[in-house]
Amino acid sequence: MRVFCAVFALGLRRHSTYRAATLSAIVVNCVFGVVNALVLLAVFDARPRINGYTAADAVTQVFVAQALIGVTAIFGPPLDVGGRVRDGSVAADLLRPVDPLLWWLAQDLGRAVFGLLVRSVPTFASGAVLFALPLPADPLRWAVLLASAVLAALVGFGLRHLYALSAFWLGDSRGVESVGWLLGPFCSGMLLPLTLFPDAAAAVLRLLPWAALVQVPAEVFLGRADAAGGLLHQALWAAALLALGAVLGSRARRRVVVQGG
Amino acid sequence: MVDRVLVPYALLVWAWCRAAAQYPVSLMLLTLALLGAIGSELVALLFVFGHTEALGGFTLAEALLVYGLAVTSFRTADLLLGNIERLGEHIRDGSFDVMLVRPVAPLVQLATDGFSLRRVGAVVPGVVALAVGLASAGVAWTAGRVAVLAVLLASGTALCCAVWLAGACLQFFVAEARQLAHSVTYGGQALTEYPLSIYPRAVVRAVTFVVPLAFVSYQPALYLLDRPDPLGLWPGLRHLCPAVAVLGCVLAALAWRAGLRHYRSTGS
Repeated sequence: MRVFCAVFALGLRRHSTYRAATLSAIVVNCVFGVVNALVLLAVFDARPRINGYTAADAVTQVFVAQALIGVTAIFGPPLDVGGRVRDGSVAADLLRPVDPLLWWLAQDLGRAVFGLLVRSVPTFASGAVLFALPLPADPLRWAVLLASAVLAALVGFGLRHLYALSAFWLGDSRGVESVGWLLGPFCSGMLLPLTLFPDAAAAVLRLLPWAALVQVPAEVFLGRADAAGGLLHQALWAAALLALGAVLGSRARRRVVVQGG
Repeated sequence: MVDRVLVPYALLVWAWCRAAAQYPVSLMLLTLALLGAIGSELVALLFVFGHTEALGGFTLAEALLVYGLAVTSFRTADLLLGNIERLGEHIRDGSFDVMLVRPVAPLVQLATDGFSLRRVGAVVPGVVALAVGLASAGVAWTAGRVAVLAVLLASGTALCCAVWLAGACLQFFVAEARQLAHSVTYGGQALTEYPLSIYPRAVVRAVTFVVPLAFVSYQPALYLLDRPDPLGLWPGLRHLCPAVAVLGCVLAALAWRAGLRHYRSTGS
């Protein structure tokens, strides 16, 4: 356990090194949040209520989504694993006397917690101030959002871990990952809240793991969805993705051949 | 110009294309992934219009025209010299110094380094939206308008190139600023995909007079549709697109020169 705490702490420190890059990322998230919010405001200007959402709900979701980019890594970066399979250095990971899945998870959670502390808070706060968002006073709502963000980080890791494991079979995970960066933002409600999708498409997408990255955290925070149900959806997908990752990971390790040496 | 810029540019691009052709499946998949990513934005726009007839006074067909102009110009610029945003990496690992001592303009080397045809995939949804928009928005076609469309696309692309270049020059001064430039490049593209009439006045003024991205999609669309500006800005603005593009390129070129003069190698 101590080793995972150390890996977690190092993951956190690794990302705290690049200060200018972090600041740039916050600015970019805010700019995209403002653009998306303005487009949605124009839509809600024409129709004040769409499937139960008001303009304020939609803008809140936009900034929850932007705030979670640094946590869930929905647009990347990929895990290091894929690249390490490609260049062979994964051999060092497999030699360690600890479970590689937990090692990579601890490292990535370090990244996610850094994102939550340093990127999410200012991004969401800028949105809340710029658009004078009506925020819930109930502290329970904020606690649910925090729990939901942590679960979103786990689901985000679970997905990226599976993308990266494809390198063991394909030799290069970048193709699968680029498809992942395409599906994630669209299916999660990042590009456009799923509430505004056609009903049939939204109903299907709400069941998929990507919804756990944006749509579910936004809805439980807005009180538009049952908090317990939302967190359960996230927890089930996190468990399923991690279990699948563990099974595929152990299969991959049995077939891996590291060249050279 | 031809000898010093276009010929080396074409040669280097050809070399990178031949390199990428060694992995044809990978190239095809990356192209399709990019096509899908940009296509999904187009789908989102269609979903938005499922809830309303018009956005900012623009119908779906007119909005498609705006979207098509924005994406085609921006993504063509990205194809031609999007790689210059990797300037910071080249500075950090010292490869920019190597470019400076080679007998080819450093900007040409930077723009072509890692050139990939996969970016054509991102242009496709733009062209499709543009074609559908032009066909259905009721543009009164004259020979003049056809010629002007070509000029507008060229000037929009040139303007986007200028924005890419200016953003990249920032990295001469702040090495980690690659992402910061994205707020103007990608952020600007996201902004100009929709008719500017949906945004608050301050935003419209900023993208008309400060970072003149309004001349990539919104003003050209107003010209092609021959409609008055719902925002009530000066109607002559739409005729200025090529002039603004030239001005943007000159300013970006000056920024590049200033950056190059400022540049001191990171040392060994």
